[in-house]
Amino acid sequence: MFLSNDVQGNTEMLERHIVQPADAEHPTILSTEDLHVYYGKKEAISEGDLRFASNQITALIGPSGSGKSTFLRSLNRMNDRIATVTGRIMYRGVDINQPSIDVYEMRRRVGMVFQRPNPFAKSIYDNIAFALRLRGTTDKHELDEIVETSLKQAALWNQVKDDLNKSALALSGGQAQRLCIARAIAVKPDILLLDEPASALDPVSTSQLEDTLLELKQNYSIIIVTHNMQQAGRISEYTAFFNQGRVLEYDTTSHIFTNPQVQITSDYVSGNFG
Amino acid sequence: MMNPKTQNKVAIGTLYGVAGLVVLILLALLGYILVSGLPQLSWHFLTAPAKAFLKGGGVGVQLYNSFYLLILAMLISFPIALGAAIYLYEYAKDNWVTTTIRTAIEILSSLPSVVVGLFGFLFFVVKLRLGFSILSGAFALTFFNLPLLTRSIEDSLRTIDTTQREGGLALGLSRWEAVTRVILPAAVPSILTGVILSAGRVFGEAAALIYTAGQSAPALDFTDWNPFNISSPLNPMRPAETLAVHIWKINSEGIMPDAKAISSGSSAVLVLAILLFNFAARYLGKRLYKRLTSA
Repeated sequence: MFLSNDVQGNTEMLERHIVQPADAEHPTILSTEDLHVYYGKKEAISEGDLRFASNQITALIGPSGSGKSTFLRSLNRMNDRIATVTGRIMYRGVDINQPSIDVYEMRRRVGMVFQRPNPFAKSIYDNIAFALRLRGTTDKHELDEIVETSLKQAALWNQVKDDLNKSALALSGGQAQRLCIARAIAVKPDILLLDEPASALDPVSTSQLEDTLLELKQNYSIIIVTHNMQQAGRISEYTAFFNQGRVLEYDTTSHIFTNPQVQITSDYVSGNFG
Repeated sequence: MMNPKTQNKVAIGTLYGVAGLVVLILLALLGYILVSGLPQLSWHFLTAPAKAFLKGGGVGVQLYNSFYLLILAMLISFPIALGAAIYLYEYAKDNWVTTTIRTAIEILSSLPSVVVGLFGFLFFVVKLRLGFSILSGAFALTFFNLPLLTRSIEDSLRTIDTTQREGGLALGLSRWEAVTRVILPAAVPSILTGVILSAGRVFGEAAALIYTAGQSAPALDFTDWNPFNISSPLNPMRPAETLAVHIWKINSEGIMPDAKAISSGSSAVLVLAILLFNFAARYLGKRLYKRLTSA
């Protein structure tokens, strides 16, 4: 079943082309409905209704200022107090964009990794364990196990297993970013939001990070904002193209990159603007 | 027009000159105080009570009073300043209320300490009937100290990147947890530096204390630790001349024959105490930071 709401633009190209994922094996885990985001009076997102498939990687691409980061940050309500977000964000049948939702509990289900690695000024072990301790996991064995599994999932265990009590601030950029991923998955989220996680990393670290994400999608649904179109092409199943606060095109990644239906998307992915 | 290279050389030369001048002035001042003061120092000088008319008095009581007042003033002002700074930086929205608070803090921080002292005299000593007492002095010092301490703690919080805060929130921490578990531990060294600097100011403050903690130092019985006894060192209701006030007093009206020597010695003690305090606190700060962050 394809949900398409194409709007006829000029003669050859469409103005908007939205194909929501429809894959029975990967049902929708998160969707936005009638989502609008305002900074003060300025509308930052005016059309951004997307469905995200579970256990897949969805890439959000678009030029700077197109609203993709704003959109991503709205999904786990990191924009609370910064922007006004109206509309519904449905997560497993519940609208999480309403005041009665326990936003702190929700963020443990919808984790986030940021553009710049932001390890806490704590030991590697405590970076992962301390959020768990705050929520009542105090058993040493259990914590040890979670720390080890998370670091293994983030492909960092082998490099740091002997230095768990050293400061996380001494890690390299790539390692620090993988620690942040380990920290995020340690609280056992369903969804991982990543806001340009590789933009501060060198090519080798970036490639390792991409491998890690491909591994992680077996257990997590991943939504990633990226400036790097090759990256979107390499790792994602679905891609949404943002421009000026609107999603102009949403489809499988291969369609977006090989056969875009919207002129601006085509220009963007072929490097003519952006 | 000079070419950029010469211009750069001239600029660097000037900056070196200015920096050198500052260092020179500081060293000369410190050197003078230490050279004229150190010879006066002895165990007797540091522990004996002062004498009003005779040679050979010490500054034991004044030294103790200075530390006691410092600790009391810090105990009162630090929690308030910390709370205010956390509120201002982490919670308050940027609107006219917080702008007003910030302006008020700025104005208060440039208030001459003698004005703070007179206010303390009228309000704590007279109105609240606390008399010339350690408590009045501690309250006056709190007023004197709060604005700068609040500012410096707020600045310390500002040095912690917002990505740290967001990292905490993204893990499902509440704002309060993010502040207390992520931001504050990371800001400890910077906060401590602010506390040390303000402690130095408080320790050397005289004008705010002359009319609040008073200018007399009744003899203390260091074996009596019941805070309700008048001669107990812990009694917060007794008048308490501090070292800085003592220096001011013997220079203006000291009639003991060795007033000059005592003044020099006291100044050296004051400077050394502040230095010692600085080093100790810095060391503690590093240790604390290591424990909190395993850096």
